[in-house]
Amino acid sequence: MTGADVVMLGIAVIGGSAALLVVTARNVVHAALYLVVALLSVAGTFLLVGAEFLAWTQVLVYVGAVVVLILFGLMLTRAPIGPMAQHNESARLALLVSVALFGFLTTMILGAFGGDVLPLAHTTAGDLGEVLYVAWAFPFMVLGFFLTVSLIGAIILARREEGEGPEPLLDPDLATGRPEPAATDASSTPGVTRPSEEVPR
Amino acid sequence: MMVVYPLVFAALLFSVGVYGVLSRRNAVLVLMSVEIMLVAATINLVVFGQLAAARLGDVLLSGQVFALFVIAVGAAEVGVGLAIVLLMYRNRATVNIDDADLMKF
Repeated sequence: MTGADVVMLGIAVIGGSAALLVVTARNVVHAALYLVVALLSVAGTFLLVGAEFLAWTQVLVYVGAVVVLILFGLMLTRAPIGPMAQHNESARLALLVSVALFGFLTTMILGAFGGDVLPLAHTTAGDLGEVLYVAWAFPFMVLGFFLTVSLIGAIILARREEGEGPEPLLDPDLATGRPEPAATDASSTPGVTRPSEEVPR
Repeated sequence: MMVVYPLVFAALLFSVGVYGVLSRRNAVLVLMSVEIMLVAATINLVVFGQLAAARLGDVLLSGQVFALFVIAVGAAEVGVGLAIVLLMYRNRATVNIDDADLMKF
């Protein structure tokens, strides 16, 4: 058992337990922070198998961007920060399915690659860049286009549509379809004048 | 290093992700479980890519390039997924994924 094996086993134990804590934690923010540990252990695995550029990409993209995005999602959806029941009624069946899947995959992997040794070959960012910008140039550009399109789509999906159509506060007939508690409060309260009635010109 | 260690680690992460997707209520936590499954697939790509580079002489580094693509697609997926979750929260005031059953037969 070489030193790389020992380090890999340690990374697997840390990452596996962090991933288990992600799916079992009762506090959603703690789950997001355990996700950081799990993704960092994956970056450590990449370093161990010699994919240096991918390891730092993993740290930058997943730990830096995706986890921050997920924390923003938790904040914007006003998820209950405190501990609460987080699992649905089929958790037992899900546990059965995932344990069976893990057993199946482990049996297949051990049967197929039981005694194989991965030679440690170091791949630098330069090596990856030389093939990425020459042989893989067209898929790389397609990927950039795809990323642009999907992020524009995400912005269009998530933005609040205020500029489209008449303002619900000014047109009460069109405001019935959309729940706007501020508009009904303002129209029913006698002391508050609505902005449309305020200045009769 | 033995090949099976990172592969079993990836299988463990994938199974944990499957459990999270099937059992969690909060849609953001389901997205986090999907991310765990994606990085498990990425580990497989990198390990088999290194194995192919050592055994078959793959000079194009296909495994690592595909892993890079999966990382980029995963980032895009989180963006679109969180946008959908925010839209669901705005329209239905819940992020419980069991409540989103409008298209359930």
